[in-house]
Amino acid sequence: MLEIKNLTVQIEDRTILDRLNLTVKKGEVAAIMGPNGSGKSTLSYVIAGKADYEVLEGEILLDGENLLEMGPDERAAKGVFLAFQYPLEIPGVGTMTFLKAALNAQRKARGESELTTPDLMRRVNAAAQKLEIPRDMLKRGLNVGFSGGEKKRMEILQMALLEPSFCILDETDSGLDIDALRVVADGVNALRSPDRAFLVITHYQRLLNHIVPDSVHVMAGGRIVRSGGPELALELEANGYADYRQQDAAE
Amino acid sequence: MAAELKVVRTPAEEALTQRFPALKSALPGDAKVLRLREAAFDLIARRGLPHRRAEEWKYTDLRTLMREAAPFAEKPSSAEVAAAFNGGRAFTEVQALRLTFVNGHLTPELSDPKGCAGVEIVPLGAALASGHPLIQHFGAVETARDNAAYAINTAFMNDGAVIRVSGAVAAPLHLRFLNGGAAPFATATRVLVVVEEGASLTLVESHESSGEAGHQLNDVVEIVAGDRAAIRHVRLNAEGPKALALSTLTAKLGREVAFDTLNVVIGSAVSRHQVFATFAGEHAKLNVNGAAMLRGTQHADTTLVVEHVAPHGQSRELFKTVIDDEAVGVFQGKIIVQPKAQKTDGRMMSAAVLLGEGGTMNNKPELEIFADDVQCAHGATCGQLDEDLLFYLMARGLPRPQAETLLIEAFLGEAIEIVEHEGVREALVAVVSDWLAARH
Repeated sequence: MLEIKNLTVQIEDRTILDRLNLTVKKGEVAAIMGPNGSGKSTLSYVIAGKADYEVLEGEILLDGENLLEMGPDERAAKGVFLAFQYPLEIPGVGTMTFLKAALNAQRKARGESELTTPDLMRRVNAAAQKLEIPRDMLKRGLNVGFSGGEKKRMEILQMALLEPSFCILDETDSGLDIDALRVVADGVNALRSPDRAFLVITHYQRLLNHIVPDSVHVMAGGRIVRSGGPELALELEANGYADYRQQDAAE
Repeated sequence: MAAELKVVRTPAEEALTQRFPALKSALPGDAKVLRLREAAFDLIARRGLPHRRAEEWKYTDLRTLMREAAPFAEKPSSAEVAAAFNGGRAFTEVQALRLTFVNGHLTPELSDPKGCAGVEIVPLGAALASGHPLIQHFGAVETARDNAAYAINTAFMNDGAVIRVSGAVAAPLHLRFLNGGAAPFATATRVLVVVEEGASLTLVESHESSGEAGHQLNDVVEIVAGDRAAIRHVRLNAEGPKALALSTLTAKLGREVAFDTLNVVIGSAVSRHQVFATFAGEHAKLNVNGAAMLRGTQHADTTLVVEHVAPHGQSRELFKTVIDDEAVGVFQGKIIVQPKAQKTDGRMMSAAVLLGEGGTMNNKPELEIFADDVQCAHGATCGQLDEDLLFYLMARGLPRPQAETLLIEAFLGEAIEIVEHEGVREALVAVVSDWLAARH
């Protein structure tokens, strides 16, 4: 599914990702944990195609195709989805207008027919109900005036509608209370399938109680420094990141 | 020895100076109107056309932009009327009472000159010739009187209408200006709308050209709003690509008046829209909005003078300008608060988005406050589309041009959403979409 090989990334002459290697298989839920500043969010942005970063070497292959040669919109059409840590407010762009534009842009890029408005409404309403998103939220400008939890639910709604094959959740648990966390995790779990992979980026083990990963990777200093099963997350929760910070400093 | 100063006139100034004495006896109006014209002409003859050293024309040097003066348009032939009519597209879907001006001349066969219940219409020529009582309202807004574009219009105004609104009028009144012809001409139209106490009106103006001639257009709309009147005004400049369009809106607001105006610009090589508003009565509310979409080497100027004379007035100004290629936008907004206008609440904002590398935006907000218990604020921004927002939209699958289109529509939409009439608003949203579709 996703293979990251030897990825080195800079921003303003500072190396953020340093020869990073990572493989996520089809159907797998991989978690990335690590201290603040270890490069977790950079990794998610680079996979999605944000322009601020300079890729010095390496490649990111999705089903064998190099994502680094594609624009963010082409990556989205290939099935990449990033649930943002801080979803942006876009005043004046209606939520429904945005959802329709996004869905149809991807369908068009894949050579599929555009959705009609009633068809779109049915899909959006069904997905919104599962995520406990009230209808009046859909009538507002995208994310405008939404609480932190509402914004995260809106991200998962988009994910459910766009049906991506590779989903990145960037600190989706940040700013969520325990009830909102459960709703969001249920939404993600409902989308788990043998054809879809997830990269769950988190600072805390808490989210992984709700979205149980198949593999856990520890990131420090711009690399994956340790990989294991779900038990690794529990170990980190008990011991903290101190070991990895020291390792970082020793480099 | 005193040196003799010789004023060098441009060909345009020379032509205007020679033209007035030749035309003045043929222009409509009695002796009183003639004196009004002569006083206005005297202003131009003395000062010439305004240039960049005059502060209020700093960014739009009319003397340089208008080297030659085109001749005033003759009354159109029936063939010209038919051709112009076919070129008119704006607001055709909107059910409205219409007054059509072809080449600056009121064209009865394309108009509803009898008006309707609550709307009385008198052609300008007849109103001036008969000394119609409403024409005393000309120049009701003092701050406009010594303005050059307004003075040229006063000196040469040759067609238009005087309109009295005496009730709540449901259907919009559409002033449709259609300019045809291959040879450049000049216009000087004047429309005076007196909205009586408690009356209400939606007034829509469209200005379109069917050809590409470099017409020199000068239109003035004067609105006098009686106490508690409600007026919604929309203006669309969709003139031809070589037009030089000067336009002036004056508004005198009585007590508790609610007045909204929006000017949308997509046309003209050079345009300058001026708004002169005066709060003459207490507790009046004014919204002045603008949305300009400029490309190529277009130059569009918006100049506002909002004067609070009476207390408890509220004014809101919101201007949005989108600039592509090497186009130039100008916003000059002045809020004056006179000593008696306590509790004035004024807020003015001009925001511009530069899409290309070569565009320019000039923002000049000014506050002149002579009262001590007021709230006034102004802001101006100028920048590119937000890259983070573009990335968010693109990460959801929207190609960059489509992401830009969504953001620009949202940016302009904030100014346009003031329009309450659904059909008019939808027509303006379509104008924005068409402009954006032509970008790619």
